[in-house]
Amino acid sequence: MVDQTDHSFSVDVASRGDIDSVQGLKAEARNLSFFYGAVQALKSVNMPVYDSRVTALIGPSGCGKSTFLRCFNRMHDLTDHTRYDGEILFHPDNVNILRKSVDPIEVRMRIGMVFQKPNPFPKSIFENVAYGLRVRGEKNRSELADRVETALRDASLWEEVSGRLDSMAFNLSGGQQQRLCIARALATGPELLLFDEPTSALDPNATANIEDLIHRLREKVTILIVTHNMQQAARVSDYTAFMYLGELIEFSDTNTVFTNPNSKQTEDYITGRYG
Amino acid sequence: MSNDPQAIRRLVVLGRRYDRLFAIVGMMAMMVGILTLAVLLAGLIHDGAERLNWDFFQNFPSRRAERAGILSAIVGSSLVMLITAVTAIPLGVAAGVYLEEYARRNWITEIIEINVTNLAGVPSIVYGLLALGLFVYALDFGQSILSAGLTLALMILPVIIVSTREAIRAIPGAIREGAYALGSTRWQLVRDHILPYSTGGILTGVIIGLARAIGETAPIITIGALTFIAFLPPSPVTGDFPFLSFEWLESPFTVMPIQMFNWLSRPQAPFQVNAAAAGIVLVAMTLLMNGVAIWLRVRFRNRIKW
Ligand SMILES: Nc1ncnc2c1ncn2[C@@H]1O[C@H](COP(=O)(O)OP(=O)(O)O)[C@@H](O)[C@H]1O
Ligand SMILES: [Mg+2]
Repeated sequence: MVDQTDHSFSVDVASRGDIDSVQGLKAEARNLSFFYGAVQALKSVNMPVYDSRVTALIGPSGCGKSTFLRCFNRMHDLTDHTRYDGEILFHPDNVNILRKSVDPIEVRMRIGMVFQKPNPFPKSIFENVAYGLRVRGEKNRSELADRVETALRDASLWEEVSGRLDSMAFNLSGGQQQRLCIARALATGPELLLFDEPTSALDPNATANIEDLIHRLREKVTILIVTHNMQQAARVSDYTAFMYLGELIEFSDTNTVFTNPNSKQTEDYITGRYG
Repeated sequence: MSNDPQAIRRLVVLGRRYDRLFAIVGMMAMMVGILTLAVLLAGLIHDGAERLNWDFFQNFPSRRAERAGILSAIVGSSLVMLITAVTAIPLGVAAGVYLEEYARRNWITEIIEINVTNLAGVPSIVYGLLALGLFVYALDFGQSILSAGLTLALMILPVIIVSTREAIRAIPGAIREGAYALGSTRWQLVRDHILPYSTGGILTGVIIGLARAIGETAPIITIGALTFIAFLPPSPVTGDFPFLSFEWLESPFTVMPIQMFNWLSRPQAPFQVNAAAAGIVLVAMTLLMNGVAIWLRVRFRNRIKW
């Protein structure tokens, strides 16, 4: 489905002679800049996203975390007067998903997203989870039922809702709604799942549930998660990126970022000196 | 500013006085509207109730007031409304959806938006004039049910477009993003989300538009509806294949407000009774439609709360 004629990346890699480092990569931002009209929100960000791992994006409010995340599923295409510059290479295809010739719908079929506030559709629990499959043309009832159940189990929601799949999603609690949204995103088997502060609208109990869930999910899917909560980043992620004013200041494994950060700015942020 | 309790109390008392004053002014303003309507309705009922029997609904107009009825007018109004609904709803909804979901924001859409809003305020007789040239002569539909229905459709199109857009705008952006993030195309978004979630608002606009159209007289007279019709249009259902006939579209017709106007313009007192009775029926039809609109709005709002 993705433009297979795009070989520019492999050529590029070969010339750099580090093909091995491509192993284990799910995606990679290269010199990624982003503009809202004349305002530059991302400044030449270079960052890897490792396969089957959780990568957390932290940084003070307004530093461009959401903007960065939403580049990965081309969400900005829905807003007029926005512009991407640079590349996001998606593996294993080695395709720059920001290219004009790549259809954003194709990208979104492979890269799912969970939003800050739970946003279930005003439909039944079943229809919410089944919607992504319906979009892909799935009509077989037993197939739909199977995949809805699997997704709800993966999102640790099945026990709570199995008896009332036909009731409206709005009747669920906030935490359940967010797990429903996770199930909805999982049902179509995405390769990469984007989370934008998924617990910021939830109480501590629901937050703990979702953190557990994210930690377990990385065996199934690569995860990129924005959070403004540093403890959360430390708890759920394998890698952490610190952003500040649209720039990537530091990227490393989570342990290093929190115990021995490279940059003074990172250290100031995680010790609570600003943000 | 002092913190003297006495001064504060005086201030509160003064404030409360204005509060009460406005409550009274507002109440009186409201009563003017409601009482006028009540007096009008009471007058109509007083004048026309005696004629409201089964015969009145079953009879054609007649030279003798006691034997005259509104059958042809009710059938005419219903058929014209049918044409109006069948053409205005799809056109208005499609235009509203296009403007909200597809059109890019630029100066062309700005101009279209301003125009649509202004069209809602164009006097109805101007629509009649336009329709006379367009439907009756240029397209040669004649002085028919079809021409009348299309004229009224044109007239209520802006109402439907505007209410469609408002209903769509009430859908949170997060729902759109959720659907797009799952890989929906724009059309899938519209079909599976935008239309179902805005149905209540759209229907409300449709019914308010139709309620306005059913009482319109000027544009219908302009395109040449007859005032004395003692026959029904050909039936849409026929005995032989293909069992459907569209001849009724080309039939001459009359509608409720024109029938009423016709009776009003007669000098004899009994015809005034007929006019009042027709007025009651017309008001009842409009109130019923508005009631349905309110019911739909409440029903859909209870089902979907953002
Ligand atoms: N739609 C928009 N139009 C213009 N500027 C925007 C828009 N969305 C975000 N921004 C700006 O881009 C910067 C980054 O925002 P965002 O990515 O939302 O930050 P974060 O998620 O880290 O809090 C901010 O300065 C913000 O004001
Ligand atoms: Mg954000």
